[in-house]
Amino acid sequence: MIHFDNVSKRYPGGHQGLSDVSLHIEAGEMVFLTGHSGAGKSTLLKLIGLLERSTRGQVRVGGRNLTRLKRRQIPYHRREVGMIFQDHRLLYDRTVFDNVAMPLVVAGLSHGEVSRRVRAVLDKVGLLSKEKLYPITLSGGEQQRVGIARAVVSKPPVVLADEPTGNLDPDLSRDIMVLFERFNQVGVTLLIATHDLELISRLKKRTLILEQGRLVKDSGH
Amino acid sequence: MNQLADRGRPIPPRRRPRFRIWLLRHAQVALASLGRLARSPLSSLMTILVIGIALSLPTGLHLLLKNVQQLGGTWDGAASISLYLMQDVDQKEVGQLAERLRSMRGVDEIRVISRDQALNEFRQLSGFSGALEALEGNPLPAVLVVKPDADHSSPASAKALLNQLQALDRVEFGQLDLQWVRRFQAITEIARRAVLVLASLLAAAVLLIVVNTIRLEIQNRHAEIEVTKLIGGTDAFIRRPFLYLGIWYGLFGGIAAGLLVGLSLWLLKSPVARLSGLYNSDFGLTSMDLASLASLIAISVLLGLCGAWLAVARHLNDIEPS
Repeated sequence: MIHFDNVSKRYPGGHQGLSDVSLHIEAGEMVFLTGHSGAGKSTLLKLIGLLERSTRGQVRVGGRNLTRLKRRQIPYHRREVGMIFQDHRLLYDRTVFDNVAMPLVVAGLSHGEVSRRVRAVLDKVGLLSKEKLYPITLSGGEQQRVGIARAVVSKPPVVLADEPTGNLDPDLSRDIMVLFERFNQVGVTLLIATHDLELISRLKKRTLILEQGRLVKDSGH
Repeated sequence: MNQLADRGRPIPPRRRPRFRIWLLRHAQVALASLGRLARSPLSSLMTILVIGIALSLPTGLHLLLKNVQQLGGTWDGAASISLYLMQDVDQKEVGQLAERLRSMRGVDEIRVISRDQALNEFRQLSGFSGALEALEGNPLPAVLVVKPDADHSSPASAKALLNQLQALDRVEFGQLDLQWVRRFQAITEIARRAVLVLASLLAAAVLLIVVNTIRLEIQNRHAEIEVTKLIGGTDAFIRRPFLYLGIWYGLFGGIAAGLLVGLSLWLLKSPVARLSGLYNSDFGLTSMDLASLASLIAISVLLGLCGAWLAVARHLNDIEPS
């Protein structure tokens, strides 16, 4: 599902985000990505979501060569990749419902279809009763679940999460991970960047370790 | 656990004509943009009024000019040709010539001023009656005042008519009193150009106002644009609400301009009527007709749309999610 062939990313100014990374993640895998901050975890995720482009090498997602993707094709690629952020990136002037509905509205679904799917996904993350609230009134864990709901509501085959449990206490982190495992069980390919080693060791999933932009360990291979 | 089990099964999309969905979505976005205007009524109103004032100035001047040109049009018809006959043409011959001219093409009316009448008029009006007493006999010729018909009252065709009349036997010379018509036309032409220049400048001002307003709106909605790009919103999708905002500004600005012009004309109406009454004229200000109002609003909407487009083209690419 996700292929990296000798991918390097050098930022303007000379900082090397990634150096010669090659990896392959199968469809339906759940993979952790770890390493110190600045090791290149976020860069790797950004290359998959096309928030950044590689300076060398080739990134392919679901058979699509991102190196050759034109600017106007980027939105359609992003619809196939759900993204979750540590800071949630919610819109605070809209209700939970409207936040989660955004990917469907963007994709042009009918109104009835949108509300049906949004309620279904809010039910899954346990926030159906809070659909009319504004995100600011929710706890950190709840906000993160809104972010997750938004990332999966359009049922993308790939979901990326960048430190999804970064600000949460262990119990809430566990809840989030349970959610991720459920998505994985229905076939979603998940790539989760985290430095929560305790969490990783408990779940026993394939783990990629980055160090200064290089892939130094791949537990699955 | 199995709540997600329906993942693999695609949800059958409700069959609806694409065009209707497209139309519905545009209507929704248009309404949402209108709602945004309504949510900050004071600043929206100020922007709309600025646009309205900027557009009402050239519109009002254009209308005044049109009125003045209309006035000029009625004067145009008053252009007349004076034919001075030779001294030895007697009263009978003058009558015959007048009869001949009456049947000529392009001639509407003939007024005969006999030598005696001319002398009388001259005595009364010139103040040289004493000097005339000193002369033997009447030095003045008989005059035929020819009023061209509607088809021959433009400067060019009146001139042609003059040449034709001048060639006639017994006519000493003819004079076409057109100078002032030409001057008047030259002045209105200058005024027309001035209004055009002013209109262009103020249209540019409206464009800049809209560009700036939309630019601020884009800045205010920075987070929203970023998230929309993140979840796969196309440029067209992101652009749309801002373009509609520009259209609304243009529409309401145009309507405001129309109202301002209407109000100004209404205020001018009775003084103008009084003035033209003093000149024994039935001239009155014509107010804005529907076609002018429609084109004013159309231009305004177009300016709003263009301004929004410029702002969006310039600033939307600056915002990229990171």
